[in-house]
Amino acid sequence: MTEAVERIARDQIAIAGERAVCDSSGVLYFPELGMLAVSDLHLEKGSSFARRGAFLPPYDTAATLLRLQAVIGRYAPRIVISLGDSFHDGGGAARMPEPFKLQLESLMAGRDWFWITGNHDPDAPAGLPGETVRELAIGGLMFRHEPSGSVIDGEVAGHLHPCARIVYRGRSLKRRCFATDGHRLVMPAFGAFTGSLNVLDRAYAGLFRWERFMAYMLGDSRIFAIAGAALRP
Amino acid sequence: MTAKPRISRDTIAAALPEPFVRWFGERGWAPRAHQLDLLAKAQAGKSVLLIAPTGAGKTLAGFLPALTELTVRPKRKPGEAFRGIHTLYISPLKALAVDIERNLGKPVSEMGLPIAIETRTGDTPQHKRQRQKLVPPDILLTTPEQLALLIASSDARRFFKDLRYVVFDELHSLVTSKRGHLLALGLARLRHYVPDVQTIGLSATVAEPDDLRRWLVPQGGLALPVPPPRSASPIDPHLKGEGNAPLAELITVTGGAKPNISILDSRERVPWAGHTSRYAIPEVYEEVKKHRTTLLFVNTRSQAELLFQELWRINEDSLPIALHHGSLDVGQRRRVEKAMEQNALRAIVATSTLDLGIDWGDVDLVVHVGAPKGASRLAQRIGRSNHRMDEPSKAILVPSNRFEVLECRAALEANTAGAQDTPPLATGALDVLAQHILGCACGEAFDADDLYREVTSSAPYAELDRDTFDGAVDFVATGGYALKSYERYARIRQNKDGKWRVSHPRIAQQYRLNVGTIVEMPELNVRYVRPGKGTVSRGGPILGKIEEYFAESLTYGNTFLFAGKILRFEGIRENEVLVSNGSGADVMVPSYAGGKFPLSTYLADEVRGMLADPRRWKLLPKQVADWLRLQKAKSILPPRGDLLVETFPRGNRFYMVAYPFEGRLAHQTLGMLLTRRLERAKAKPLGFVATDYSLAVWGLDDLGTIFKAGRPTLGELFDEDMLGDDLDAWLADSWMLKRMFRNVAVIAGLIEKKFPGQQEKTGRQVTVSADLIYDVLRSHEPDHILLQATRADAASGLLDVRRLGDMLSRIRGRIIHKDLDQISPLAVPVMLEIGKEQVPGGASESLLGEAEAIIEEAMSLAKERKKA
Repeated sequence: MTEAVERIARDQIAIAGERAVCDSSGVLYFPELGMLAVSDLHLEKGSSFARRGAFLPPYDTAATLLRLQAVIGRYAPRIVISLGDSFHDGGGAARMPEPFKLQLESLMAGRDWFWITGNHDPDAPAGLPGETVRELAIGGLMFRHEPSGSVIDGEVAGHLHPCARIVYRGRSLKRRCFATDGHRLVMPAFGAFTGSLNVLDRAYAGLFRWERFMAYMLGDSRIFAIAGAALRP
Repeated sequence: MTAKPRISRDTIAAALPEPFVRWFGERGWAPRAHQLDLLAKAQAGKSVLLIAPTGAGKTLAGFLPALTELTVRPKRKPGEAFRGIHTLYISPLKALAVDIERNLGKPVSEMGLPIAIETRTGDTPQHKRQRQKLVPPDILLTTPEQLALLIASSDARRFFKDLRYVVFDELHSLVTSKRGHLLALGLARLRHYVPDVQTIGLSATVAEPDDLRRWLVPQGGLALPVPPPRSASPIDPHLKGEGNAPLAELITVTGGAKPNISILDSRERVPWAGHTSRYAIPEVYEEVKKHRTTLLFVNTRSQAELLFQELWRINEDSLPIALHHGSLDVGQRRRVEKAMEQNALRAIVATSTLDLGIDWGDVDLVVHVGAPKGASRLAQRIGRSNHRMDEPSKAILVPSNRFEVLECRAALEANTAGAQDTPPLATGALDVLAQHILGCACGEAFDADDLYREVTSSAPYAELDRDTFDGAVDFVATGGYALKSYERYARIRQNKDGKWRVSHPRIAQQYRLNVGTIVEMPELNVRYVRPGKGTVSRGGPILGKIEEYFAESLTYGNTFLFAGKILRFEGIRENEVLVSNGSGADVMVPSYAGGKFPLSTYLADEVRGMLADPRRWKLLPKQVADWLRLQKAKSILPPRGDLLVETFPRGNRFYMVAYPFEGRLAHQTLGMLLTRRLERAKAKPLGFVATDYSLAVWGLDDLGTIFKAGRPTLGELFDEDMLGDDLDAWLADSWMLKRMFRNVAVIAGLIEKKFPGQQEKTGRQVTVSADLIYDVLRSHEPDHILLQATRADAASGLLDVRRLGDMLSRIRGRIIHKDLDQISPLAVPVMLEIGKEQVPGGASESLLGEAEAIIEEAMSLAKERKKA
């Protein structure tokens, strides 16, 4: 019983004092604000590759939207922030087949939806509602696509596609994760075709206070919280 | 070429041009009968397969038709039209092509023949390749990948227009892989350019020479007027040779002296289990001392590392003993090869990298450590020793456990009887077909009807049905998805005349960067650094490469054997594993994928026969015969065709041990499926372990009672229907299938190894995206052509599903159940493997939970300590 209680508590975190839930699907939910953040959807990545002659299965947008629909249905947030790289390239929104566009619009209906621009999608997605911004400050938090270099309290970013790896009893396991030290949080990538980068890579250097670093690794149905010292490159 | 001149001078003079006759005469040599025979057949316009043992002058035989024809061909006058290459020689190894250039160049220059011979491999500089296109040599020595590249260039037709002969060296080893499929398609394309081109195949002895004979000449589509394509599934086990399929001419050179093979009769106790053969190392060392040069063969790279280490441990005379395997740095390998050539070594520990026909040094003994796994495999390895075919080769087999003693005995008897068990040729893979189709389009526009006929003229694709072929064309064009969303990005398009051509030159450029069927596992360099903070230190030399998944299982301070050294893991930096000098006896040996060959069906059957027949035991070492007698007394030894299943309690567990003898891969698959079924029957299985010979499953409930009560019966448990839904369900999540899918996706060109103008992607990123693609594809389009190709690979590759299927149908109604009070003697080897074995990559989420709990516990302890 106590374990069950603990388990619920494990995915609860605080960023600069703001309470949030790390969902095992890879979204971040702020219960007090009724707000959901999702990062690096990379919609239309398949068709983006197809333009160069690499025909990845054209089902990634469908798969990503289906998962997004499920998690939005579960939390019914008032506000949704898509934290950049929502489309794999600038033409992605225009290329998106009509049924998916409709599906996305119905997800957006009745809530405030913010598109934060990313390096893959520096402009507003063509033909879609929602507000496009470079950064967004809500409560004590600052949402932007790429984590800033500076010392900061309360930044939520994406871009790096964090994953973490543990080795235990001679076995190795790698999962996408939320990476945080309580001051800054880097979200896992949500898109179906998005790869990942180990949090011990030098790309993360200087972003976190290492002694307080935690990786919230995404399990099939729950989050596993692993301290930085236990992670492997 | 030193054979006694039994052939009369007149015959020679009639068969060969004057420079040849003179050259042979000056040396007191004469051509061999099979060399002249092959020449005569080639001159009569036939394609020929030559099967001959090592040292029979195969190479000269293969080139004689080309050399004689080129000698009498009129010289090209200035201003005369372009001449394409005359003869193409294809070898499985770059090194072999280079070797041949040297061996062939010598007589050609001694005879003063006006023949240009050149190699073209991955190492050939760009300017030389360009020049070869402008001024082709008469004879081009190359590899299958280079042929694919030549075909994919727009001047292919011109380059090959004068082609007369294609010589395939080591054909038996070329044809068994996807490389062979690509090569077969390449040959079909050459015939498209030059319909009457002749082939000459050179091969070691094989089980089914007719397979190779068909491979060399056009089949189906081009051989018969209008063949109704049989709607065969693309994953049919092997080609059912139509009784009247066209065959190349066959020349077989038997002979050479029978090799002198023995099994090491050890003074030591032969272990029950394990693969180290540690017990026999001192005796092996004694043999090395007694001979000039010893080749020590092992089956896996990890065994090679271990044997090398153990030999040096007792190498009191400091004999020069070297190590050679495919993971070592190229420079290091070349040094070993050089030393071997100069006879500077007393022993070389090697894996299959030295298997093929390269002649090095003066080897007078082959020691095979571990079971040979196949009779033909053994014969080819023994062929390494002593390249004068009239003297017997000498070989010693060193079994590393008791079952291997039986296997060695079976292999030895097969060798005496001349039995062969080379694997049957597989049906052509669809990923390779896709690659070839794009390659053809890069060369010149193709008509789908013509290309279909051409493709089905190659032996591996002879039974390919038209729908599957069209599916492959569709895949090449737009990805072959049911959702037709990529039409506007098509890689190949149909012209007004209906012919397919590449839609953009960039596509051809991309294709050329990715050609080939050899997909390396993602590998990391092993770099030597000073101990301590490895990631900071600059680093020393690169020792070689290890596979990424192995590197990922290492943690700081772990030690392992590699490149003949004990190394200590210091960390991973980008694509490099940093290591320092390690010490201590407790090393973790690298394990390598692909190192485990299952024993051949032939040897398996022989071993079953040996167990069933006590009269044959007297040929076995006494300790092994005693072991079998004990088994007979305590349990039973099953008749040859039956499957023995024993059940017994031990400790607080109940065990079931089955003895199918079908090889470890098939047993592993069987173990997965049996535990799933037992789970469903509520028999609470806990785990299983598989060896080449047997399989143990254990659980908390009494399996013997369960089977006797028919919940389920053993017949139901081992029913063939497990290969249906159970297999599918298990495969869905199998990491092995994902790995196979990645290979298929790279070969088919879905995932590019390299993009032009882009930084080379590291294997690590490719692995990730292949897994993601697999997941998405499997849930959205499970019948996609690449998933079909992946399943076909699984059937014959890592999962050995086909062999498992054959076994299950063989033992139907022939299962003998023996319920025992305690472990049987025959069960001991597999029982000893329990605990040692891990199923790699099988880590599940429960691991994360455990790790999380342990780490939390450790951290709270640390906190309390701080407080205190």
